[in-house]
Amino acid sequence: MELISQHAKKIMEGCKERARDMGLSFQDESLEYIVTNRDLLELSPKNMIPTLYDYWVQDVEILKEKGRYELYPGNPYETVINTRPAISFYNDNNPDWLNVMIFYHVIGHIDFFQNNLFFRHTWDYDFSSRALSDKRMIAKLRSEKGRWVDYIIEFSRAIDNLVGYHRELAKYSGFEKTEDLTRLDFYFDIFIQQEKKASVASYVKEIERYNGLVSEDPHGAEDRFIESVQTKHAEFESLYEKARKERRRRKSIDIFQFLMRYSDFLNKDENKWMLMVMEAVRATSLYFQPQIRTKILNEGWASYWHEELFLNDDRINGHEVDFATVNAKVTAMPRVGLNPYALGMRLFTYIEDLGNKGKISKKFQFITNMELRKKFDDKTLTGRDFIFQVRENCSDSMFVNTFIDQDFVDLHRLFVSGKRLNKERMTWQYYVKSRDADQYKNMVLDSLYHPPSIEIGVTDDNSLLLNHVFEGKPLVKEYIKGTLLGIEYLWGKQVYLDTSEAQVRSAPPARAGQPKTEPPPREIRWKRVRYRMKDRVLSRKELN
Amino acid sequence: MEQLQALYEQLKKKGLTAEQKRAIELEIRLIEKHQNQAHIPPPDSKKIMDYADLPMLQDSMVMHPVFNAMQTLDDLVSRDIQREKDGFPRKIRIGKMIKPSQDGEEKVVIVPTTVEEKLLHDAISEDEEEAEGDGGSGDGEEGEVIGEQPIRQEQGAGEGGAGQGEGGTHESDSNAYDMGRILTEQFQLPNLKDKGKRRSLTHYVYDLTDRNPGFGQVIDKKATLRSLIETNIGLGRIKEGQKIDPEKLLISPTDRIYRILSREKDYESQAVVFFVRDYSGSMHGAPTELVVTQHVLIYSWLTYQYENQVETRFILHDTEAREVDNFHTYYNLRVAGGTQVASAYRLVNEIVAEESLERDYNIYIFHGTDGDDWDTSGKETIPELEKMLGYANRVGITVAENGYGISGSTEVEKYLEKSGLLEEKKDLLRLDVMQKESDETRLIEGIRKLIS
Repeated sequence: MELISQHAKKIMEGCKERARDMGLSFQDESLEYIVTNRDLLELSPKNMIPTLYDYWVQDVEILKEKGRYELYPGNPYETVINTRPAISFYNDNNPDWLNVMIFYHVIGHIDFFQNNLFFRHTWDYDFSSRALSDKRMIAKLRSEKGRWVDYIIEFSRAIDNLVGYHRELAKYSGFEKTEDLTRLDFYFDIFIQQEKKASVASYVKEIERYNGLVSEDPHGAEDRFIESVQTKHAEFESLYEKARKERRRRKSIDIFQFLMRYSDFLNKDENKWMLMVMEAVRATSLYFQPQIRTKILNEGWASYWHEELFLNDDRINGHEVDFATVNAKVTAMPRVGLNPYALGMRLFTYIEDLGNKGKISKKFQFITNMELRKKFDDKTLTGRDFIFQVRENCSDSMFVNTFIDQDFVDLHRLFVSGKRLNKERMTWQYYVKSRDADQYKNMVLDSLYHPPSIEIGVTDDNSLLLNHVFEGKPLVKEYIKGTLLGIEYLWGKQVYLDTSEAQVRSAPPARAGQPKTEPPPREIRWKRVRYRMKDRVLSRKELN
Repeated sequence: MEQLQALYEQLKKKGLTAEQKRAIELEIRLIEKHQNQAHIPPPDSKKIMDYADLPMLQDSMVMHPVFNAMQTLDDLVSRDIQREKDGFPRKIRIGKMIKPSQDGEEKVVIVPTTVEEKLLHDAISEDEEEAEGDGGSGDGEEGEVIGEQPIRQEQGAGEGGAGQGEGGTHESDSNAYDMGRILTEQFQLPNLKDKGKRRSLTHYVYDLTDRNPGFGQVIDKKATLRSLIETNIGLGRIKEGQKIDPEKLLISPTDRIYRILSREKDYESQAVVFFVRDYSGSMHGAPTELVVTQHVLIYSWLTYQYENQVETRFILHDTEAREVDNFHTYYNLRVAGGTQVASAYRLVNEIVAEESLERDYNIYIFHGTDGDDWDTSGKETIPELEKMLGYANRVGITVAENGYGISGSTEVEKYLEKSGLLEEKKDLLRLDVMQKESDETRLIEGIRKLIS
């Protein structure tokens, strides 16, 4: 990889000035590299981070990529990575106008990385440097421990989609509760409600009793009150300690941190090095989390700005047609399929328009008359400000959930497409399934990233108990074994996983000759099952 | 379908046990169910995460990749062997093949792949007649059909498939050769015994075998000395009984004998492999995958063993047998009737007889089936099989159980056992029975059984 030419760099600096004038904000420094195909082959399995740690699966993926290349040209690659300074990649022989367009797109991404709050935890450090030191650390360990380093990487990566990303973000929100559980809170919130199952009347009575004490003696009231509780309920103190411990365990801790803190195996002196490897994998995963969750926003934002900025750039007059060709390819709505560039850009344009007309207001929302809604225009011209707020505060799911409405779906003639088997004609038919905004929204939401939520607990005999919180979807069965195998290794003892599995009873097939209407809904029965991984052997038991 | 029913009636008259009846009826029902049903083709539409900046904005960058030789393949495999010793299951899957596009030219690519297992959400289970919804834009009323894609018999389904272009491209061969080497070396598959070579008409080696007086590449000292002495005896300079004085010897120009490069016809082993696959209704799904994957691996191994001198023939059978041109069709064809193994064996025998393959080739026959056969006693099959064993170097039969019948007692197994051929011709005929859920390790184990 080599740096881009001074000529191109100068043009790009000009782009930065113009982007700043439009309100985008980003760090001054950026690095632009020329990359060859060979560079790309090495970069892509590392998600374009040149300094990511080495791991043999990346080799397999390189090989697989090569295999894939023989068949399918084109594959997901990012152009810009969220480092400090941000690094972006360019083809050797791009004409100037194309580099300008790409760089405006890149600026859009950099602005997004550095302002969207879902990236908050990546703002204070340079990931590529951290990755480099992790890479060196792993390389050094590998020279001492050999293949065992790779096993730890493998087992850590098996759970890296379960990192506590939102907990990590919460640290920056200022809302995180840091205080310990007080005896008083425990007594009123948990003890008499859950343990004693007190009636509302007796609950109120207790509050009155406490308030009475406070009015008598504002300072000593709490101690006197708790004292009376302790004498009345002998078990109070031990239950309180237990709840406190439990709460401290659960608080802002993900499966990685849990294993790292409480696994006897990992905390043996000779195994302590594993913790470093796990932390490296965890940090890498945390770094990538916001990117997966803001694809539509991020690409939409960058596409919105590359168009806006390019067309207002006086330096590249005469290349409008070239630009239009590339831009159309990037931002055209496909007949069937979901293009995040196209969808995101249209949504931004749409809500900017809403903002300009003052439609993001109660006043507008109360209008039901279609004609009036259409004509509504308060000329507030606050659209630009509003989309800047959206880029700062939203993730994909919020973006889609909040702003896709029937007007938007109608405006761009969007629909949910279906694909069904036509037995008479022996074809798969693509058809317009629905033009309803809610269905469209659900379809988009369904395609977004959503890892399972796993609660962690420990049984009395110190086995790890993972509870998959049921959200209407089963887990991929084939992967359970490999994942639990790794967790068992890291935990050092047996591991349970509770999850739900679906039994689908398909409805009786429609009789031939009958016109096919809506297919009858399939009947799904859910049952709870418990997997157990002990001594690297997986067993499965149904729970009732 | 009527034909099958008629055949079934005919068999019934001859007498069938209740168990056999049940099996045949089940198969007929399955055929009805699976007829015209195909894999869901890969959607043409891309999902959100399939999009990325580089291909979208600078697409020229990712179009022409550089290919390296798969140098690390050996390392990967030995790492995998080490994994097993460490008590973890193997991770590298070899022989997973990725299938080509529909635009005519198709390639086989053999790549090592692996999966990173994680706890992930799954779809509830695929509906056979309706795929999941996707995005779309443009005209059309709700319910209106906006596009159609024919269900071809010969599917171009997604990954995990196999395929080979017309005539097999060079890449596929070198890939297969590489994989055969890996299989042989790393999975300790046995080497083949040489069974007679024949002179190739197309392959030559160049060697310093011819002698030429006067000029050439390398002097042949022994021959030169011999010639020199001959000349000097002729001249009377060397006489019997007298001491030879080398300084007085004369050298004629033609005494210098050289070796020169010359073209030699090479000897080589040649093999023809018949891959025979049952594509009856009951083979649907896992058994087909298993059989085909195993056949790919066998093909690779033989390609290595015979240094690319392998011809392949592909035969599919239900109640009737047919030969198909290429591996692609062989893999993908999934229309189905009942099962009569004898028809396929008969076809193989006919081909061998007609083309006199017996004389020039080592002949291998690998047959994959789920073990069902309507010829329940093997009355027709056994004689054909015996005929085959007369010329074949190896007949390997793989029974991949379809999970409908009772494990370990399929028709094919039963009549093979009964015929005693498995014992009698142990070095020629092999049988391997595997479960529906077998993995690749098991497949390779199976190959060892079939070819060792």
